[in-house]
Amino acid sequence: MTRRRWAFVAAGVLIATFAWLLYGGIDKNIVFFLTPKELLAKGAAGYDVPVRLGGQVKPASVTWNEKALDLQFVVTDGTGQIPVHTSGAPPQMFRDGMGVVVEGRYGHNGVFQATSLMVKHSNEYRPPKPGQRPGEMYKTLLDGSGP
Amino acid sequence: MVVPRPGAWRWFGVFAFAFLIFTQTLAILTSPPDRDMGDLEKILYVHVPAAWITFLSFFVVLAFSARYLWKGREKDDLLAAAAAEVGATFNGLTLLLGMIWGRPAWGVWWTWDARLTSTLVLFLIFVGYLALREFVDDAQRRAQWSAVVGALGAINVPIVYMSVRWWRTLHQIQSNPNTMDPAYVLGLRANAFAFLFIMIYFIHQRYVIASLQRATEHAAEAVALGGQQE
Repeated sequence: MTRRRWAFVAAGVLIATFAWLLYGGIDKNIVFFLTPKELLAKGAAGYDVPVRLGGQVKPASVTWNEKALDLQFVVTDGTGQIPVHTSGAPPQMFRDGMGVVVEGRYGHNGVFQATSLMVKHSNEYRPPKPGQRPGEMYKTLLDGSGP
Repeated sequence: MVVPRPGAWRWFGVFAFAFLIFTQTLAILTSPPDRDMGDLEKILYVHVPAAWITFLSFFVVLAFSARYLWKGREKDDLLAAAAAEVGATFNGLTLLLGMIWGRPAWGVWWTWDARLTSTLVLFLIFVGYLALREFVDDAQRRAQWSAVVGALGAINVPIVYMSVRWWRTLHQIQSNPNTMDPAYVLGLRANAFAFLFIMIYFIHQRYVIASLQRATEHAAEAVALGGQQE
């Protein structure tokens, strides 16, 4: 009977987790991130609420202070763009033109204050072009100078 | 019930593992580092085949569950269970290998996007199916209930596969030969076959063990009833 009771507890936990994932987890995250255009379109409702923002790192917009671990860049979707401020070293694939998703809040000062930064990789697998060295593309910003 | 004998299967197992070692070596040695992620691309050759085999295993569970519900043969129930055990293993591997890739590539081990969440749900369905089998004592009821769960649970497979297209996710959409340099395609295809052979071998081995257990149970029942052993 103990095995049976244990199994019922296990089944209960499984069903509860399952329901939580379906109605809590997935539902909230069906729209995993907003594009800059969508966040800007929310107007006043878009400010100061926890949100994920996704888009491309606008080329030549990255400012990285290695000593202060301070990172600023602009996220764009082609039409809208939002400046992002965060601290800490970004993932190694972070650089101009890469897809990123940042978590944080869009401040009233017009800067998105990010608490975490994720790099979104495309579905492409390509060898380096002649002259490109993968070791230099994929590197931590901590070791070298800025991008 | 007839218990299968090893024989040729033993050699198939040796072949499957040798082929896996060969295809892994081939893929790692022949693929150039990726432009964006460098040598991180090597995880492609284990994570992606593991995911494909997870899907395929669930189709095997679905096929044998459906045939059990149709014909009621004990053999189909045991094969579905064997495929579920193998599928759960590859599903767990898919999640773990994906996390190992995600930490350096994305910057996070895990995030609750639709692809990752639905893959975790698929794992929970596998585990739930196996847990259900553990706590139903009557063999026929166990077979019927788990066949229903196995057939219904398969609905989640196309959801996991399409999640990256239906919803906005951190996980990238499926690669295809147009988005992959030919240098990566061969290694991936070869490893998909290696994983397929491993899956077939594992399902067969688990099926043999399950039929031996069932044969023991049948024999014990026969003894308990005072009859002759089969």
